[in-house]
Amino acid sequence: MADFTHGFWDFYIAIITLLSILGCGILLYAQSSHKVRPGEASDGTTGHVWDDDLTELNTPLPRWWMWLFYITIVFSLAYLVLYPGLGSYGGKLGWNSSGAYTEELGKAKAEYGPLFARYMSQDLETVAADPQAQAIGERLFMTYCAQCHGSDARGTKGFPDLTDKDWLYGGAPSIIKATIMKGRNGVMPPMGAAVGTDTDIENVAHYVKSLSGMSHDPIKTAFGKSKFAACIACHSAGGTGNEAMGAPNLADKVWLYGGSTETIMETIRKGRNATMPAFDEFLGEDKVHVLAAYVWSLSADKKVVAKK
Amino acid sequence: MSEASPKPAVIKMYAAREEIYPRETKGRYASLRWACVWLTQVVFYGLPWLTWNDRQAILFDLGARKFYIFGMVLWPQDFIYLAGLLIIAAWLLFLVTAVAGRVWCGFACPQTVYTEIFLWIERRIEGARSARIRLDRQPWSVDKLAKKSAKHLAWGVVALWTGITFVGYFAPMRTLMASITGLALGPWEWFWIGFYAFATYGNAGWMREQVCKYMCPYARFQSAMFDKDTLIVTYDSERGEPRGAAAPKQGKGDCIDCTLCVQVCPTGIDIRQGLQYECIGCAACVDACNGVMDKINLPRGLIRYSTDQAMQKHWSPKQILARVLRVRVLIYTTLLALVVAGFGASLALRTPLKLDVIRDRGSMGREVGDGLVENVYRLQVMNTGEKKHRFRIGVAGLDGIGIAEAQDIEMEGASTRAVPVRVQAKRGTLTAGSNQIVFSLSAIDEPSLQVQENAVFIVPK
Repeated sequence: MADFTHGFWDFYIAIITLLSILGCGILLYAQSSHKVRPGEASDGTTGHVWDDDLTELNTPLPRWWMWLFYITIVFSLAYLVLYPGLGSYGGKLGWNSSGAYTEELGKAKAEYGPLFARYMSQDLETVAADPQAQAIGERLFMTYCAQCHGSDARGTKGFPDLTDKDWLYGGAPSIIKATIMKGRNGVMPPMGAAVGTDTDIENVAHYVKSLSGMSHDPIKTAFGKSKFAACIACHSAGGTGNEAMGAPNLADKVWLYGGSTETIMETIRKGRNATMPAFDEFLGEDKVHVLAAYVWSLSADKKVVAKK
Repeated sequence: MSEASPKPAVIKMYAAREEIYPRETKGRYASLRWACVWLTQVVFYGLPWLTWNDRQAILFDLGARKFYIFGMVLWPQDFIYLAGLLIIAAWLLFLVTAVAGRVWCGFACPQTVYTEIFLWIERRIEGARSARIRLDRQPWSVDKLAKKSAKHLAWGVVALWTGITFVGYFAPMRTLMASITGLALGPWEWFWIGFYAFATYGNAGWMREQVCKYMCPYARFQSAMFDKDTLIVTYDSERGEPRGAAAPKQGKGDCIDCTLCVQVCPTGIDIRQGLQYECIGCAACVDACNGVMDKINLPRGLIRYSTDQAMQKHWSPKQILARVLRVRVLIYTTLLALVVAGFGASLALRTPLKLDVIRDRGSMGREVGDGLVENVYRLQVMNTGEKKHRFRIGVAGLDGIGIAEAQDIEMEGASTRAVPVRVQAKRGTLTAGSNQIVFSLSAIDEPSLQVQENAVFIVPK
C-alpha cells in the first residue's frame, strides 16, 4: 500500500478508528442514565422532550443489553490487536489475505498433488487412456483453452482446430505439451514487397490454392509458381510447410485465416502474427501434462488411445 | 433530601431483569397450546427420521447444493421457491395478525413452544410458582444445588437433542447419529449442534419473555397490523371494576383482584391495564380468570378474546365474527390465495430438467464446407430429478438447421453436465447477423420431460 499512499493516511485511519470506538463507549456510558435537572418533573420519563410536549416513557432495557454493547467494544479492540485493521499495523496473529490465499493453495495442492503426481509419472498416451484424467483434462480445457479454441476445440479464424490431424508444430503428445508449456509465436512476415506487384501476389495466391487442389486459374497459377520462390524458405518447395518453425502446410485444405483468394492475398501482403500464451508458470507442469494428454486425444485415433 | 442541596434523581436506562415465575394454568387455551407444542415438536423431531426412496425424506444437502423434500429435489436455481415460501409466510402472518392478533406468538412460535417445554421441566423439578420463588430466595444449599443442577441438566438434554435434530436436516440423520456415538463429527457439525443447542437452552431457559420484549421485531410492528376489529386478549373493565375482594353486590365489580392473571402471565404484565406491547396473546390469563369465575359462580369471560370495537359497543361474539370479513382481511386473503396458487402451480408444473445455453464468445460464426455456417455452444444440462435419463438435444428456428454429429447424452439423477454442440445451417437462406434459434432437450424415455431454451445463431457477413 505504501506505494500508493503517504504514510500519514495510516495514522489518520488508525486514529479515526480508535476515536470512533472511544466515542461509542462514551456515548454508551453517557446514555445509560439520565440526571433529572432541578425543576424537571421526575415522572418516569427519559427526560427527552420532542415537539414541545412529546415525552418518552422510560422502560429500562435489561442490563445485559448494555453489557453486550460494551462487549462489542472489547471485541473490536481485541480484534484490532490481533488482526490487521489499524492503519499499516499487521496484527499480532500476522494474518493477511495473501497468506490465507497461499494457505488455501497449499491445502489444494496437498489434496490434488498426489493425483497429478501419479499422472506425471505416466507417459501422455497412458494418461489419455485414463477416464478420470480425461474428465480433469476436459474441465481444464473448458476453463483455460475454450475461450480461443472453442468449447468444441475446433478453433476459429486465427485459432487452430485441435480436433483435426493438422498440426502446425507437430501432433506428437510431447510436442503438444511443449506448445502448452512454453507457448508459440506464429509469425508470417509481410511478403508483399518480396513477391512483387498486386498481380504477382494474386498469381501466388492462385498457385497456393492449386497446391491444395482448390479451384484456381491455371494461367495465374503458372505465373505465380515462379514468384512462390519467395515463400519456400519457410513453406518448403512443395508448400508442405515446416513443423520445426510452425510454417503451415499450404498443400492441405486447412486454412487458419481463411482460404479465399482475397484472404490468401491479404496474408501474403500483410503477414500474420499469432500468439499461443505459455501456461507453464500459470498452471504448472502437472496440470499441463493432463491437459496435453486430453488435447492429444481429441485428434488421436480413438483406437490408439483405447489400446494404451 | 433537604432544600439546600437537592440531589438530582437519576433515571437508569438499563435495569436488572425481574425474574418471572409464570404459574401453571389449565384450561381451553393451555390445552390448545400443548396441542401446538406436540404438533410442532413431533414434526420437527420426527421429520429427519423419515425415509423416502432410500434416502432421507427431508435433507438440505448444502455441500452438494441439493435440497431434498420428499419426491422433490430443489437446486440453487430453485431459490425462487424459498422467496415464494417467505412471501406466503409473511402474508399469512399479516392475515392471522389482522384477524386474531398475536396467536402465532402465543401458541406456535418456537420461543413459546420451547419455553413451555422448559417451564414444564422446571415445574417438575423445582415445583410450582411459589416453590420456585422460595427456592430462588433461599441461600445455596445441597437441596437447591441438586434441584438447579437437575433442571439445567434436563434442559441441556432437550437443547442438545434439538441441536442434533436441527443438524439432522442438513447432514443425514442416521449417519449423524453414528458419527455422534463414535465422536467422529466434523468441526462444523459440532459447532452447529452446539450453537443451536445453546440458543435453545439460552432462549427457552434464560431469556424467555425477553426475546419477545426486546429482540423480536414482530412484537414491535404489531401495532401497524392491528385494528379495532382485531381479536386481542382483553379485560372487561366495565364488568370488572372497581375491583376488590368484596361481593359484587356491595358496589364492587366482578374482578376480585386475585392477581392470578398476573401470576400466570409469561411476560409479567397485568392485562387489566389494557393492551400492551408485551402481550403475546397466549390467553393464559383467560384460562386463569375463567377458573376463578367458575369457582365464585360468575359467568366466564371477564378476560376474553374480544376486539376494541366490540368492547366499546358491547357486541356479541356473532357480531365480532361478522367483522372478520372486512376489507383489510379480504385483501390479505386474496393476495395470500393468489400467491399460494401461483406457488403451488409453479411447483406442480416444475420440470426436473434445466438447460442453459452459453454461446462460445471466441468466434462469431464460422464457415465450414458445403456452404454451411457453424456456431458453437456449450449446453449446461442439469438433470434435477432423481432418475437416470437419456436425453436428445434438438435445435430449431432456421431452415435446414441441425446439430453436427449429434449424440444423445445419458445422465445420472441429480447431475450436471456441460455439452459442447456445433450447430450448422445452410448459408444460402440466412441473413447475416444474429438469428433466433431454440434449443430443445427431451428425455427419450419420458417424452413429457423436456425443456426449451432460446439462443442466438450468428451468420458472418
